Amino acid sequence: MAEKNEYRYIGRNTPRTDGLAKVTGSALFSADIPAPRCLTGKILRSPHAHARILSIDTKKAEALPGVKAVVTGADAPVRYGILPVSQDEYPLAVDKVRFIGDEVAAVAAIDEATALQALDLIDVRYEVLTAILDPREALVRDDVKIQERTQEANIERRIHLVFGDMEKGFAEADYIREDRFFKDAASHAFLEPHSALAQFSDGKLTLRTSTQVPHYVQRALSKVLGIPADKIRVIKPVLGGGFGGKGEPLPLEFAASLLAIKSGQPVRITHSREEVFLTHRGRHPVEMTLKTGVKKDGTITAVQFNSLLDGGAYGSYGVVTMIYSGQLLTAPYRVPAFSFDSARVFTNKPPCGAQRGHGGVQPRFAFEVHLDRIAADLGIDPLEIRYHNAIEPDTVTVNELRITSCAFKECLDKVAEAVDWKEKRGKLPYGKGIGLAGGFYVTGAAYPIYANPMPHSQVQIRVDRDGGVTVFSGASDIGQGSDTLLVMIAAETLGIPEQSVRVVSADTETTPVDLGSYSSRVTFMAGNACRQASLEIRDRLLAACAAQLARNQKTLTITGGYLFEQGQEEPLMTFAEAAVLAEAAGVALCAMGSYRPPELAGSYKFGGVGPSPAYSFGAQTAEVEVDTETGEIRVTKIHCAHDLGFALNPLTASGQAEGAVVMGFGETLLEHHAFLPGGRHSGPNFLDYKVPTFLDVPEVDVTLVESVDPSGPYGAKEIGEGSLHPSLPAIVNAIYDAIGCWFHELPLTPEKVLAAIAKKKGVP
Amino acid sequence: MRTLKFILNGDPAETGVNDGETLLEVLRNRLGLTGTKQGCDQGECGSCTVLIDGKPVLSCLTLAVRVENRHVTTIEGLAEGGKLHPVQVSFHEKGAIQCGFCTPGMVLTAKALLDRNPHPTRNEIKDALAGNICRCTGYKKIVEAVEQAAKMMAEKADG
Repeated sequence: MAEKNEYRYIGRNTPRTDGLAKVTGSALFSADIPAPRCLTGKILRSPHAHARILSIDTKKAEALPGVKAVVTGADAPVRYGILPVSQDEYPLAVDKVRFIGDEVAAVAAIDEATALQALDLIDVRYEVLTAILDPREALVRDDVKIQERTQEANIERRIHLVFGDMEKGFAEADYIREDRFFKDAASHAFLEPHSALAQFSDGKLTLRTSTQVPHYVQRALSKVLGIPADKIRVIKPVLGGGFGGKGEPLPLEFAASLLAIKSGQPVRITHSREEVFLTHRGRHPVEMTLKTGVKKDGTITAVQFNSLLDGGAYGSYGVVTMIYSGQLLTAPYRVPAFSFDSARVFTNKPPCGAQRGHGGVQPRFAFEVHLDRIAADLGIDPLEIRYHNAIEPDTVTVNELRITSCAFKECLDKVAEAVDWKEKRGKLPYGKGIGLAGGFYVTGAAYPIYANPMPHSQVQIRVDRDGGVTVFSGASDIGQGSDTLLVMIAAETLGIPEQSVRVVSADTETTPVDLGSYSSRVTFMAGNACRQASLEIRDRLLAACAAQLARNQKTLTITGGYLFEQGQEEPLMTFAEAAVLAEAAGVALCAMGSYRPPELAGSYKFGGVGPSPAYSFGAQTAEVEVDTETGEIRVTKIHCAHDLGFALNPLTASGQAEGAVVMGFGETLLEHHAFLPGGRHSGPNFLDYKVPTFLDVPEVDVTLVESVDPSGPYGAKEIGEGSLHPSLPAIVNAIYDAIGCWFHELPLTPEKVLAAIAKKKGVP
Repeated sequence: MRTLKFILNGDPAETGVNDGETLLEVLRNRLGLTGTKQGCDQGECGSCTVLIDGKPVLSCLTLAVRVENRHVTTIEGLAEGGKLHPVQVSFHEKGAIQCGFCTPGMVLTAKALLDRNPHPTRNEIKDALAGNICRCTGYKKIVEAVEQAAKMMAEKADG
């Protein structure tokens, strides 16, 4: 954090603008919004992992008193999907069901009990098909097609990219190491179950839904329902965590809309916790191999990466996940030659998609452990090998990622010092250890999900006669605090107190487009748009005041809510009076700011996935204690240093990193989104899917490192996702330091630890 | 259907309920108090925590008929006369809130802890709140907020 703060509002710990509403229970989440005559919607789900639907008879359900509407796939047989290349979902199954939990039909009734009773009365006849659950089988089974669009077996997409001279890279290497890794699925497990409230009147659909991406939901609804987008209003109420799991249009949003249209009454569908797990879209299970060449001193000469992604039943964000899995391995270390081969396959399990740290988490785990193994083989200190290969600012990676601001080395320094690396690494008693890992991540994708030439974020600002300022932004605050940041940026730029600024956000009817809360783009893009709109307003106001007061505009400033003549201690007037002066002179105090990233695409196919206007960097150390009798692993402390450019709000920024570190910790040791033979989820609840509790979590110490990015708003970059990546490998590397055993598969259980200890001791 | 009478946030409350209805359902659906959250409906996440006679209880696992004549406090009833409880103040100030979905249950559980143990250690705080899951914060700032609330309450008691 900057020692000296030249700013008045930004850079200071600022409680959230919605904090008081949330702490008093008055914040309305989607499921809380009152709606007179609202019906309860419920979804009928497939009991089969793979089956053809022969017939659906809804007559008995429709005849049940209290049932107001029943819909099936026949009501909207239009495909959609978050990616233009993966339009493979229907709101409700049309031809087949592809996983246990796939949506088949939906009912709206006067209450939940009636709706559930109606589901039981829907008669669906299935022809059960062979289910494929193993991604290796999906690679080769041509006789079973989960998605008809696949050409080869059940492979959704393959990618093969080569950068630099691989042959030369490996030829120059003094040492080459190959490893295989596996990272199993994890799920977002946000606390607020998905909920969508649809209302339809006068030909217009209004959907209040727990989404991270109102704009994309509006577009998909328009396509599927055949209603013009201007007759569809999507509002994101207060949202109870997303982490990617609410980052695309979801079946319940279509089902609620269809039921509202059919019944003529408002309909709300809220997922049960079980349905949240079945909807999934979480972390892909990924099998990975790495082959890396290094010089004797640890200099990386070439990296070859292969990955196989188990995508589940639908496309979701998977093609992007697959491309990211390779694209995000060319930093934070210099890699002069890099190649990757990846495939994403369909299996009869809930679809995987984007989850916090999207695409980079699994390969980062693999690479950082692989790098530690190389260091161990060569007798190089893990810190030293990272420092030696660390990427510098203002460089271009081998796959053409443009790196501008970068304080990776400083992050390494900070955590090494905090953990006392030189004194402790390799020197702690058996059972105790420390480990290190690095990482980096995009600050927003340089290209939108659907190709278009428009801004990625627009912000409109209006000044009222009382001096109140309203910021209109499509950005979705999903808990990360983006509304608060917009207030801070507007206040700082305009020179008025934060209390004078309010934000209206994430409503497709009243706010300009922002693409949504994903890929860590909001602070950077909506922040830049907000700053631009604020500057425009300030300039207009100062020009009007200069003209009205017969002064030079350059000598006027606004500070603390007052208009000043430079050098004078007494203000000329309040901001509100200045606004009145301008308005009386016919000046409109309303402006639009926008942000679109520069052209950054690589000069190759898929070169648009990976580039970002800025990248965050980070390093973490983990301290662990392994009980060698029980195999239990206790992570006692994690130090996290993250280069976020500039900490606009250190309070919420550190909160983001603390949450991300703990999420990474959970994925490493506790969380397992697993399936039983036959494809049933092994435990779609919080007892079986163990998210960390107060009693599990390590002490987390976050250092915010500021590189001040040249194009970020006041220098800011991302922190919410990149700070997850290093947690997993730092823990695994620390366990090696503790007990001398390497682990290549996550999640890690006490059973695996005991087996590894026994194997090391030579116990059969 | 029967008539349920109890004290809700200090005031008498009366509503018709079915035998099988949970306290969570009655609060949210019949009485419109949506501050109490439904996160899992299985007693696993703690989002639905309310206080019955001052003790934290999972309202999703509590049949409504069981609160007959008892005192129920929900998040809406914690502030007194518009003045926030120290736990609420400190959650807000210390950044212990992100998405806010776990917050009502977390705040009420913390309040109950401080009522019975005004000076908890860090471990006592973690033990008391262990049944409440937060997916956003990593818990650090929540522990700090409870510590600050304890301090504020102690100062108030001294002053």
